[in-house]
Amino acid sequence: MAEKILLKGNEAMAEAALRAGCQVYFGYPITPQSELIEYMAKRMPEIGRTFLQAESEVAAVNMIYGAACTGTRVMTSTSSPGFSLMMEGVSYIAGANLPAVFINVVRGGPGLGDIQPAQSDYFQGTKGGGHGDYRLIVLSPATIQEAVNMMFDAFDLADRYRNPVLIIADGLLGQMMEPVELPDFITPDRIPNHEGWALRGKGSREQHTITSFDLDPVKLEEMNLKNYETYQKIQENEVRYEEYLMDDAEVAFVAYGTMGRILKTTIRLAREAGIKAGLIRPISLWPFPEKPIREAAEKVKMVMSVEMSMGQMVEDVRLAVSGKVPTPFYGRTGGIVPTPTEVFEALKREWEALV
Amino acid sequence: MNRPVQKYHSTIISGFGGQGVMLIGQTLTSAAMMEKLYVTWIPSYGPEMRGGTANCTVVIDETPIGSPVIDRPTDVIAMNIPSLLKFEKTILPGGTLLLNTSVIDREPTRADIRVYRVNAGEIAGKIGSDKVANMVILGAFVGITRVVSLESVRLALEKKIGEKRPELLAMNLQALKAGENAIAGQ
Amino acid sequence: MKGIVAFKRPDALTSKEFTYCPGCLHGVAHRLVAEILDEMKLTDQTIMVAPVGCSVFAYEFFDVDGTVAPHGRATAVATGIKRSLPDRVVFTYQGDGDLAAIGTAETIHTANRGEKITTIFINNAIYGMTGGQMAPTSLVGMKTTTSPYGRKADSEGYPIHVCELLQNLNGVAYLERVTLLTPRDIITAKKAIKKAFTAQVRGLGYSLVEIVSTCPTNWGLSPVESLEWAKQKMLPEFPLKVFIDKVGDVK
Ligand SMILES: Cc1ncc(C[n+]2csc(CCOP(=O)(O)OP(=O)(O)O)c2C)c(N)n1
Ligand code: SF4
Ligand SMILES: [Mg+2]
Repeated sequence: MAEKILLKGNEAMAEAALRAGCQVYFGYPITPQSELIEYMAKRMPEIGRTFLQAESEVAAVNMIYGAACTGTRVMTSTSSPGFSLMMEGVSYIAGANLPAVFINVVRGGPGLGDIQPAQSDYFQGTKGGGHGDYRLIVLSPATIQEAVNMMFDAFDLADRYRNPVLIIADGLLGQMMEPVELPDFITPDRIPNHEGWALRGKGSREQHTITSFDLDPVKLEEMNLKNYETYQKIQENEVRYEEYLMDDAEVAFVAYGTMGRILKTTIRLAREAGIKAGLIRPISLWPFPEKPIREAAEKVKMVMSVEMSMGQMVEDVRLAVSGKVPTPFYGRTGGIVPTPTEVFEALKREWEALV
Repeated sequence: MNRPVQKYHSTIISGFGGQGVMLIGQTLTSAAMMEKLYVTWIPSYGPEMRGGTANCTVVIDETPIGSPVIDRPTDVIAMNIPSLLKFEKTILPGGTLLLNTSVIDREPTRADIRVYRVNAGEIAGKIGSDKVANMVILGAFVGITRVVSLESVRLALEKKIGEKRPELLAMNLQALKAGENAIAGQ
Repeated sequence: MKGIVAFKRPDALTSKEFTYCPGCLHGVAHRLVAEILDEMKLTDQTIMVAPVGCSVFAYEFFDVDGTVAPHGRATAVATGIKRSLPDRVVFTYQGDGDLAAIGTAETIHTANRGEKITTIFINNAIYGMTGGQMAPTSLVGMKTTTSPYGRKADSEGYPIHVCELLQNLNGVAYLERVTLLTPRDIITAKKAIKKAFTAQVRGLGYSLVEIVSTCPTNWGLSPVESLEWAKQKMLPEFPLKVFIDKVGDVK
């Protein structure tokens, strides 16, 4: 592997995406993601690939739909309001079983919100957002290196399950710089060719068609059930999470992305103060790492969720814990990033109330 | 200067937009990377940059870095008065405050931190350009903390501006050295 | 301040200082609209819809009731306001990205319905607020952060001519392209804005004034250079013209 270089998160994700075989990029500028689309504008033509700035996120997502129909590795990136606009297309892409990769560099919301880091699009990403019975595979990196490696994972997962994959980052990860090692470009033979279903002109084979619907409810139910078999497989095989200092933990924090990373410093403060805290950091937000949290709830005295939102993932955490231990929540919203000490103070309050 | 070199440093670098605070941070970050240390750099971005202060946070450590967001830094580099007012109170006891006295004409109030003063503007002016005041400050900071070697900073700068602007590089290197000299004896 | 008051801040502007970059023409455009609202005594009954773009805070500068639409949807929001309160004056203020990229459908259909609202359209050939990306009105060959090798007609198409597109729609009552590069241009622009609001007040249909503007910051030019660049490059592409005038003479 190459030596480390210093990159902004947005640029690192872009470079990693093209090394992971992204052939086509469509997008629309929006802060705090613009470095990503700008990097693509520069780099994609340089290596003979395709970049196009769409007239809107609505157009971009449908360009993704089209490119995905041809079995080409395709992605887009946006930030919260833009991802809201893409919801219709995401639902169609999921319904049509198409592989595609989305990055949402989340900012404070709702509405126009602001451009500071946030995690308030968890519901939108993991619970639908668009209409209908569908699931996205949702991944969330905590460091730039993890984000880089995740781009490869994301394209592979999208291809393997023929399902859209969403990476939830946030403005802080996008703007941050950290040394990274960039994996080499993957070789074309590692990319599935999708000859069996892609639209490429029928030649001498039978026609291929791709749709996200069936007007016959019996058939549509069959389609959805088949999708749910896939989702089941994803839940069985693709849960990703990190455990940090959980062996002797009396308090389990649950936090993802940037927040998960910040908590590692909080945990140091907690342990210095004699509170044995640990962390379960979901890396896949869907499928959600329900099992390790359920198991932790058997051992610890408290499972505390921390988010850059008013509490969205905490609902999944509470489902996993099922009332076995208290499940307090701490969060900041609107683009405010909780600091390590602030969370430590919140932990102390909860801990003292408990013991 | 016989203090043991401590590797964990969380540094907030703050000033007006245009004082080159982002470059101080990025250069320090590159130097740390060259020394194979773990390092993160985060900028303040968005509307707050337009008017008042721009700042960035650099965390350097020998082990993987948890929070890149720091509310209690080990060091603060204040390039202007608003930065001093905002960040002096956040420094950990025993931490370091480096003041750019060409802009800051008032004294800090804390007694439990180490304060260093460098008239970066004047020193830069003598070298030939106000623009290298940020590198004077960086030279001083590295001199104080020894968090990375001046040599690594030099290499980082060479990489960043060397190829394109050799004459600029020479001035920047001079500024680094002058900064380091300026804190000798403080 | 000493001396005589040569002119004062229009009542339709608040006392808030503009936050636009030095030399940006958004401020001039604001002032002209405000002067017309004062002159026509419309300030008290006007509702404005700001866009998402550099002028997202326009409602803070205009002392009228106002809101901000989602990016591109200003004329739809304005339609909702006008249809609820038909006797109020409603205007949108939009950039080229907002009006002619993401909001193209709304732009065309609002005009086609002859919605009795007014649009002030600031064409600076770039996405100012987000840091200089390509706009639908960016010129062929123009370098932006998303067309780093220059806009290519072959892959990114040609600059969109909004007035030329809208002139075929029967719902439009007043349509003119102006600029603000010289004092004379500014006088012409002010007249155009007056006619546009008159079209609305008289219930004649949709009115739009396109203002060929500048963005010194993202064009990478000084304010003065940017005026020259607009004259040399923008005006040949976007000729100044009255496209539709169903208003006739106004004094
Ligand atoms: C749905 C959505 N997509 C993207 C953005 C980001 N965005 C904000 S302003 C803007 C473009 C502004 O350009 P323009 O309309 O030309 O106005 P200017 O700033 O040049 O005056 C974009 C893309 C957004 N706010 N919402
Ligand atoms: S970025 Fe451009 S359009 Fe926006 S305020 Fe500055 S000069 Fe004006
Ligand atoms: Mg514009």
